[in-house]
Amino acid sequence: MTPLFPEQASTFAHNVDALYLFLIAVTAFFSLLIGALVVVFAIKYRRKATDEVALEVHESGLLEIVWTVIPFGLVLVMFFWGAKVFFQITRPPADSIEIYVTAKQWMWKLEHTDGRREMNELHVPVGQPVRLTMASEDVIHSFFVPAFRFKRDVVPGRFSTAWFEATKPGKYHLFCAEFCGTRHSNMIGWIYVMTPADYQAWLSGGTSGETLASAGAKRFVEQACNTCHGEQKGSRGPSLSGLYGRTVRMQSGQTLAADEAYIRESIVNPQAKLLEGYPPIMPTYQGLISEEGLLQLTAYIKSLSPAPASGGALAAPPAPSPERKSTKP
Amino acid sequence: MTNATASGRERVNYLNAGYGVRSWLLTTDHKRIAILYLIGVTVFFAIGGLAAALIRLELLTPAGDVFQAETYNKIFTTHGVMMIFFFMIRGIPAVLGNFLVPLMIGAKDLAFPRLNLLSWYLYIIGGLIALWAVVHGGVDTGWTFYTPYSTVYSNGWVVVTAVGIFLAGFSSILTGLNFLVTIHTMRAPGMTWMRMPLFCWGMYATAIIQILGTPVIAITVLLVAAERLFHLGIFDPAQGGDPVLFQHLFWFYSHPAVYIMILPAMAVISELVTAFARKPIFGYKFIAGSSVAIAVLSFLVWGHHMFVSGQSVYAGLIFSILSFMVAIPSAIKVFNWTATLYKGSISYQTPLLYAIGFIGLFTFGGLTGLMLATLGLGIHVHDTYFIVAHFHYIMVGGTIMAYLGGLHYWWPKISGKMYPEYWSRVSAWVIFIGFNLTFFPQFIAGYLGMPRRYHAYPEEFQVLNVMSTSGASILGIGYLIPLVYFFWSMRYGKDAVDNPWGATGLEWQTPSPPPTENFPETPVVTGKPYDYVTAREEVAVG
Repeated sequence: MTPLFPEQASTFAHNVDALYLFLIAVTAFFSLLIGALVVVFAIKYRRKATDEVALEVHESGLLEIVWTVIPFGLVLVMFFWGAKVFFQITRPPADSIEIYVTAKQWMWKLEHTDGRREMNELHVPVGQPVRLTMASEDVIHSFFVPAFRFKRDVVPGRFSTAWFEATKPGKYHLFCAEFCGTRHSNMIGWIYVMTPADYQAWLSGGTSGETLASAGAKRFVEQACNTCHGEQKGSRGPSLSGLYGRTVRMQSGQTLAADEAYIRESIVNPQAKLLEGYPPIMPTYQGLISEEGLLQLTAYIKSLSPAPASGGALAAPPAPSPERKSTKP
Repeated sequence: MTNATASGRERVNYLNAGYGVRSWLLTTDHKRIAILYLIGVTVFFAIGGLAAALIRLELLTPAGDVFQAETYNKIFTTHGVMMIFFFMIRGIPAVLGNFLVPLMIGAKDLAFPRLNLLSWYLYIIGGLIALWAVVHGGVDTGWTFYTPYSTVYSNGWVVVTAVGIFLAGFSSILTGLNFLVTIHTMRAPGMTWMRMPLFCWGMYATAIIQILGTPVIAITVLLVAAERLFHLGIFDPAQGGDPVLFQHLFWFYSHPAVYIMILPAMAVISELVTAFARKPIFGYKFIAGSSVAIAVLSFLVWGHHMFVSGQSVYAGLIFSILSFMVAIPSAIKVFNWTATLYKGSISYQTPLLYAIGFIGLFTFGGLTGLMLATLGLGIHVHDTYFIVAHFHYIMVGGTIMAYLGGLHYWWPKISGKMYPEYWSRVSAWVIFIGFNLTFFPQFIAGYLGMPRRYHAYPEEFQVLNVMSTSGASILGIGYLIPLVYFFWSMRYGKDAVDNPWGATGLEWQTPSPPPTENFPETPVVTGKPYDYVTAREEVAVG
């Protein structure tokens, strides 16, 4: 017998399933009501003589109002309940473990802040929120873990973020849910949810690479970002220390919170949002830095803020060379 | 009143008014064009259906062992493109609408008969172009053509298929325009708006969407072609484009297009329910008004296809609540149809079996749509088999049931022959059972997390897929039965009388099949539609 529900393995799962059960109840009630009425009427009022017609004519304004207002009330309940669950799914808590995801045809690359890299596998501890910052190197993909009841499209040209908190150790499917080409159905991975002790053991075992932030720091120098974005007064560009998470003011007078999306956009399309007090002289880096490189630079810039964003620095073997964006056949 | 017994004689009607290929291919008679469309949509339905059979064959086992992944992707794209653009969107309006709108309002033809013929040619040429693409290697993007896959990465015949869809879109616009003008200007004396059959109200609402929505998909496919051919950076982020912009444009048409498919089906059901209950429809104004309300609201809900694509949380909220709102006029229709049966005089002939099937499946399918509009839940089931099951309940359980019900109901008028009652009831049941066995398990597979468009899938989903494939086999047989007996009836069927169902409506007051000019003299309408009591008294007096 096949199960009717996937495993409940995240803090969302119970809430989504409760909502689902409510909607199943509404669906069953109205389907059975309409079905029963149609069948009963069809039998009770079946035609008895070939020239028989219905003699009574029915119209009822009251009934029309009743069966407009009742569904209206019901859908409002669904809307608010659904919105509540939605807010939970879309708002990551502040103290999350950060995971950087690069999607490409047809694999998932998952990187921990300590530089540990996984292919189509992700190890996370139970009971701790995990925040995903995701980029795509080619087409749209979608990060979907049925046991966690969430998915998020990974759209090229921007960072997508999502989060989850696993509640039960185990091994769960990671699917690509957005059709992404020939081997779409092979873009499957596993999420390993581990007890804190197992997770610590996993973290200390094996070799971890250079931390993401320090790989980003290298790139920062390689791309000569530091020549403008220096620490000293009078640099051509703003200093990036403490930038992440701060509210910054644009030339247009707008203010915005400097998040990952803002950092990414300022690298690939610096003219889009110009910081107040600086001339528009930065060239675009569109196409010059791989998606993985952008994630590393972002991790580096984030590490310059006091927030507990980056993991501890570890030994630094040479960073693997970033893969070039695949070109179209 | 026309004398029913005279209809068996060699009377001149639209079918025998001219013979030879030219008399058909150059006809401007709306009834003959309806027949041309019937042939067209049947062929494209057969091609789309064949593709569906191949999909179900591949999914019988978890491994991708029947076709290569790329071939499988091309097959499901063919299924979607053929079924949506060349069968569903055209089906009921182009076949039944073309045949019936002038007859129902007492007109001789549509307002622009030559435009009507042109629309058929655009449709056929568009369809043949899309078919050319399938034969010469196919296209693997899915019918949704999401960018940047379709514009940069896919190797298939994207542009050729886009041209076919573009032409079919113009065909759809011309039909909508024709219906709109005809309904406004060519109603018979006394046929006021509130005396118009609900079928015409449904066609009117559909025409609004066709005219306002279809140009947007035309522009969108042109932009896809432009980016693919000339590398204009519209959707490709590597050139500064925005891939999600495509989704906005695409769904701005393609969600209303869902209503281009379902409003005509609702229009058919309104006619069937009242005819086989021999009772005026319950809540005429509410059913007519809800059609127009659906047409308007359908343009405001497209963002519910993008809950997980990264649009803002607030956009998600707005599109969620608007999507719930569009459910209400649909619910009103269902309640009114059910209430029409109350104290009716109900005869279980085949068209009513289809109508009852429609009400049940549409109600269930529509309610599962509420689950998709519910934000927190929609995120989990988005892009899974749950979605596939939901829209097949609406499209197959809804639209195709209504189309077949309507085809049976008006077949005596269209062909002048009766279909075999026994076999038609058998097929209605086979289709109902086969349909549910095919698509119900897909809801479960979807909630369990099986993503759509998967060539191979994890083993835990196999049981449900085997059920689905066996259901599809039954469903396929169910569709073949009417195909056979409709052909059979054209030669061997009993001659149909003018009004075999004892229904009201101007189309039943003219001979079966009608003469080319539809009515010997322009009818005059004196009362409300579906007035069975008065109609019977008139017969008794006459």
